[in-house]
Amino acid sequence: MSRSFPDAILVRVLRLLAFLSGCIVLFVFLHLVLEAWPALETPGLRRFLTDDAWRPAGGPPDARYGFAPMVVGSLAATLGAMLLAAPLGFCSAVFCHQCAPPRLRGAYRRIVELLAGIPSVVYGLWGLVTLAPLVRAIEPPGPSLLTGSLVLGLMILPTVALLADAAFASVPRAQLQAAAAVSLSRWRTLLAVHLPQARPGLWGALLLGTARALGETMAVLMVCGNVIQVPKSVFNPVRTLTADIALELGYATGTHRSALFVLWLFLMGAVVVLVAAAELLGSNRARA
Amino acid sequence: MPVRDERRAESPGELVLTVLACGSAVVVFAVFAWIVGDIVRHGASEISWSFLVDPPSRAGRAGGISSVIVSTLEILLVCLGVAVPIGVGAALFLAEVARGGRFAGRLVRAGLDVLAGVPSIVSGLFGNAFFCVTLGLGFSILSGGLTLACMVLPLLTRSLELGLRSVPDDYRMAAAALDLSSTRFFAQILLPAAAPGLAAGLLLGIGRAMAETAALILTSGSVDRMPGSLLDSGRALSVHVYELAMNVPGGEARAYATALVLVLLLVAINLLSNTMVHRLVSPRVSA
Amino acid sequence: MEHHARLSTVPGLVGVLALLLPLVPGCSQEARGADEAGLAGRLTLTGSSTCGPLVSEIARRFEGLHSGLRIDVQTGGSSRGIADVSTGLADIGMSSRSLSPAESPGRVSHVLARDGVCFLVNASNPVTELSDLELRGIYTGAIESWSEVGGLDLPITVIDRAQGRSELELVTSYLGIQAADIRPDLVAGENQQGIKMVAGDPSAICYMSVGTSELEAERGTPIRLLPLRGVPASAATVASGAFPLARPLLLITTEDPDERIVAFLDFARSKAVWDLVKEYSFVPVVP
Repeated sequence: MSRSFPDAILVRVLRLLAFLSGCIVLFVFLHLVLEAWPALETPGLRRFLTDDAWRPAGGPPDARYGFAPMVVGSLAATLGAMLLAAPLGFCSAVFCHQCAPPRLRGAYRRIVELLAGIPSVVYGLWGLVTLAPLVRAIEPPGPSLLTGSLVLGLMILPTVALLADAAFASVPRAQLQAAAAVSLSRWRTLLAVHLPQARPGLWGALLLGTARALGETMAVLMVCGNVIQVPKSVFNPVRTLTADIALELGYATGTHRSALFVLWLFLMGAVVVLVAAAELLGSNRARA
Repeated sequence: MPVRDERRAESPGELVLTVLACGSAVVVFAVFAWIVGDIVRHGASEISWSFLVDPPSRAGRAGGISSVIVSTLEILLVCLGVAVPIGVGAALFLAEVARGGRFAGRLVRAGLDVLAGVPSIVSGLFGNAFFCVTLGLGFSILSGGLTLACMVLPLLTRSLELGLRSVPDDYRMAAAALDLSSTRFFAQILLPAAAPGLAAGLLLGIGRAMAETAALILTSGSVDRMPGSLLDSGRALSVHVYELAMNVPGGEARAYATALVLVLLLVAINLLSNTMVHRLVSPRVSA
Repeated sequence: MEHHARLSTVPGLVGVLALLLPLVPGCSQEARGADEAGLAGRLTLTGSSTCGPLVSEIARRFEGLHSGLRIDVQTGGSSRGIADVSTGLADIGMSSRSLSPAESPGRVSHVLARDGVCFLVNASNPVTELSDLELRGIYTGAIESWSEVGGLDLPITVIDRAQGRSELELVTSYLGIQAADIRPDLVAGENQQGIKMVAGDPSAICYMSVGTSELEAERGTPIRLLPLRGVPASAATVASGAFPLARPLLLITTEDPDERIVAFLDFARSKAVWDLVKEYSFVPVVP
């Protein structure tokens, strides 16, 4: 492209906008660290990992900061959600591209987009009032890791499905035409052409879905049971890190409040690791 | 467009794949029908014209949701007004300027991906500390919209980037051959050609914004009065659903009714965006 | 060619502008004049979600009498309200528990209404009363089945409230146990979450504001309020002082509130709003 004067400005503007968007997260991190600092000094990170219970509201001799059960809760719920959402999401994106007649395709996309917009409170209510009693019929008490994973999985399903759909759509037409020219069946085309090209996009869909699941607050608060314990079965209630902050933020002050932010720092650390892994695994292969 | 395949006979393995794909679509349809059916069943009886145009009274147990609808639309406009330009710029940068595995691009993309992982309540806390307190905007529609923009940005950018990448290289080569300036190329050829990706990203972002509750409670607040200006606190539809369902005794039916209005609003926005995108795109770019 | 495409979006642009119209006339609202009493400006209240709906209705009524005044009511928890009063983020804090000794310096509490905390079971549960000893046993895990207290042979689903909620502190001191002694099967956050959990589980037990529970039971929600020490749980017994577990709903201010705050406090505690207080099944205070 030609390098005219407006172009030079354009590139600078684009660069600026891109860095702005990349930097927002740094601001958030900074804020998290500032808020968490008092609790990192006293009682210190070690106690978060080794204390036997979470009772930060008591005075210094009584307070306990062990957050391990909640970390397990968050990770387990997210894993469960992804086990549900990833296959369903990818398969529905495949459905959209391979199997559906054009008119159904559009309608299906609209439906998935709508699912993405339903407030988390509604999912939470539905989970509490409709799903939890069903789970309770299998094994009490109802609100549990299983219920939470199901609801969470349904919530992130639209995100995964739509992004996977966009990833499949981004495969260059030239490649599809080449596949047709050699009479590849549509499924072979999917496996040989779509999947490799769409891989970075699919990893991105997975990543954003996982991140969204880790960060969901309202719905898990309503359906996971909120008991601080390491679950021994999927029917046990758990409390996620996000639900804990929602429950305690209204009244936490001082060291307790800082302790809540340490929880967040930990969560964000997990997300950073996830992102790094996804970057490595899904790194852009050279376009054909 | 997927390529039409003329051969009808599929191997057993491929049949299984077809069944899986169609099966998952059926599951999604079923879940949609179940949840939306629940919302309709509980809330449809409360919907009426006055519900839409009257302001709430008795803490939301009577009256309507007009002020809530207006607040939501204003928050949405602020959010998109900020997120779309930044998102378009970032996506253009990632897809066109910093192509491939260049370090700058990977850093920005990593930054956005981590931002996507920030839990909504943390975004709310950040928004509260930065927009409400540090910038002095207080509980306001502006604070809420700006915070939502931060949350929606990663989704928008990624979807847009995918859309831009889907535009064939022929376009770029033709533009180079014609010695088009980048500005003209982006504005008049690339963006219209990537419009489906733009629409998809926009709708994902709008959906996310309208579904958000926790962050808005902490930044735009829960005052249910008709907002006088962008600096006033306003209650979004999702926050109203939360308040009615969780805090107001006897507010459950109206919570569902509000959720129904939210879903219908989303349908309307969906249709509007898709129509506008097609109107803008079809005359310009040949299919 | 391109211009034709643009013209067709004019209807779309007009539609968007129509949405923005509410923003315009609102700008003049900030310049409302004060009424004869000289009360004008903005009051901010934050705090307990139990008091929130009631206080916002009182505020709406007060605004009707003083056209120059705007009162914003946000929720966020009792401790939030108490803290915000000192930092100046709120003019009045709402609290559903008394101030602790550490919180008292520099703050004054004004009683808005009285409420109680009672235990709830599902309506299908045949148990009609539980002694303090039995309640303690249930909540510490010593009693595990309803059959041990005269009910069906079902394991008890013990529902506790989140740490920091006033109800938890009141119940633990009433039963003479520590919060750490409780062995919950589930933990409920907001009042409505607890109510829905009990209503949906025949073997559940939880504890809740008397006013909220009474309202829900009257609406037909399948819950039953249990008496404490033989005294039935209702707003009437809280009013007569017979109910053993009562608590005040407070409005907290600094030690020297200005005239607008004083005017609002007087209004909120006057007979003029008794009907609102009773609607929520709380007990109005006699000044």
